[in-house]
Amino acid sequence: MRRVLLDTVYAVQEWLETFGASQIFLMRVLAGCPRALLRPGLIVRQVYASGVLSLAIIGISGLFVGMVLALQGYNSLERFGATESLGVVAALALVRELGPVVTALLFAGRAGTALASEIGLMRATDQLSGMEMMAVDPVTRVVVPRFIGGIISMPLLAAIFSAMGILGAWLVGVVLLGVDEGSFWSSMREQVDYKDDVLSGVLKSFVFGIAASLLAVFEGYNSIPTAEGVSRATTRTVVLTALSVLILNFMLTAVLIGEV
Amino acid sequence: MAEDSTTETGPAGRGRRDENIAIIRDLAYSRGHRKIFDGLNLDIPRGRVTAIMGPSGTGKTTLLRLMTGQILPDQGSILMEGRDVCRMRRKELYETRKRIGMLFQNGALLTDINVYENVAFPLREHTRLPERLVRHIVLTKLHAVGLRGAAELMPAELSGGMARRVALARAIAMDPDLILYDEPFVGLDPISMGVIVRLIRRMNDALGLTSVVVSHDVEEISSIADRTYLLSDGKVVASGSPEDLQENCSAVVMQFMNGMADGPVPFHYPAPDYSDQLLRREQE
Repeated sequence: MRRVLLDTVYAVQEWLETFGASQIFLMRVLAGCPRALLRPGLIVRQVYASGVLSLAIIGISGLFVGMVLALQGYNSLERFGATESLGVVAALALVRELGPVVTALLFAGRAGTALASEIGLMRATDQLSGMEMMAVDPVTRVVVPRFIGGIISMPLLAAIFSAMGILGAWLVGVVLLGVDEGSFWSSMREQVDYKDDVLSGVLKSFVFGIAASLLAVFEGYNSIPTAEGVSRATTRTVVLTALSVLILNFMLTAVLIGEV
Repeated sequence: MAEDSTTETGPAGRGRRDENIAIIRDLAYSRGHRKIFDGLNLDIPRGRVTAIMGPSGTGKTTLLRLMTGQILPDQGSILMEGRDVCRMRRKELYETRKRIGMLFQNGALLTDINVYENVAFPLREHTRLPERLVRHIVLTKLHAVGLRGAAELMPAELSGGMARRVALARAIAMDPDLILYDEPFVGLDPISMGVIVRLIRRMNDALGLTSVVVSHDVEEISSIADRTYLLSDGKVVASGSPEDLQENCSAVVMQFMNGMADGPVPFHYPAPDYSDQLLRREQE
């Protein structure tokens, strides 16, 4: 019993220490942002690494998610004779929920792991210490551009995911299942609100971008400089990002809808 | 020995500061419950090659990290050009580091940029020199280490010895006053080792640097060091010229200098009695 109590105390203490360290790290990252913005070249390179290199997985995933959404939607809507609403159903699901959430989860798997392992390996091979010794702050030079690059990439990737999803829904709904093309697009145009739907999706993806990028750079920067340490940091990045995104999604949805 | 010169270089002995680029006094540092340094005193004379030797695990690399403010000691002072590294704020520490070059054991080259960009890195970060001048400096430094022809190679394409030479070129890119070498000979073939040994001495003399070489390669380090410190049990156990250490009759010094397997530094890691442990196992 005493052991269980002690283990719980240690676990809480460790969690508090990690939380405190992450807050200090966040302050350092935010403090480094103005200086990093003066060197847009570094940020552009990271937008390429996090964003452009994730395009394939985001595009293909979006396309197939949209296709499945159309199949399922068509199957349900057909019972009520409302297949002309397929466009708006797919668009709302993608723009408001699936676009930001699935993109954030894929971003964690593709770009987040790359960020964490890259920074972790830089620590393990003394590259970060080398920078410190050259009087170059690794947080400003390495972490902040990657953090900003991730924040810029996420909303863009989410938009591409949603666009590809709508394309997938059109392919299945209109081309394969024969839903009327006019009603598919017109219902979407009439029912999808720019402020309530599109902007709320953009806001979500922006917040998820901050969470996913921060967790990835934090885990990488604070990883134990061994092969096992880097591997653990990479795994933690995916797990923590997935949990954070899902919890944040509920909180944001509750606030945006305003019904909780 | 450094311990003997404590009073000369203490607060009263300000005149010695010009002579020594770094002065370490009463340094104590522990990792967990293990004391790495316990009252360490040491001077780094300006313009000389100083070797810091000692068995593995004596904290030689830790000493370099303490000297550069990467970690803080539990007690004591580390004066660099008369200013205590342990009490410096980040900005002041970074200004001090600009005058220090450090060669890491594995080179610590940035793996996503080529050799040329690695050497240019500190110049680009700290100066606004025109690209033509940066190119001139980088090629000069690479020429000095014999790797001007490798400028376009990526770090992954370099051998261990070449990587360390590139790291050396990068370390001298900002023309530092002091250069710290962390185990520069580890894992090198005899030719590469000979090249690095000669480069350390040549750079020191040609560029008017002060060099601190942490190593346990007695022969190589003895051939270039002006002054040698031998660390053991968290203290300096012997110091002087390499010849002085060779003639030292202390058991620890003799064991280290002659590479004897057993002695004051035991061959066996502390363990319970061998026969007791074996018998207990059988009884279980």
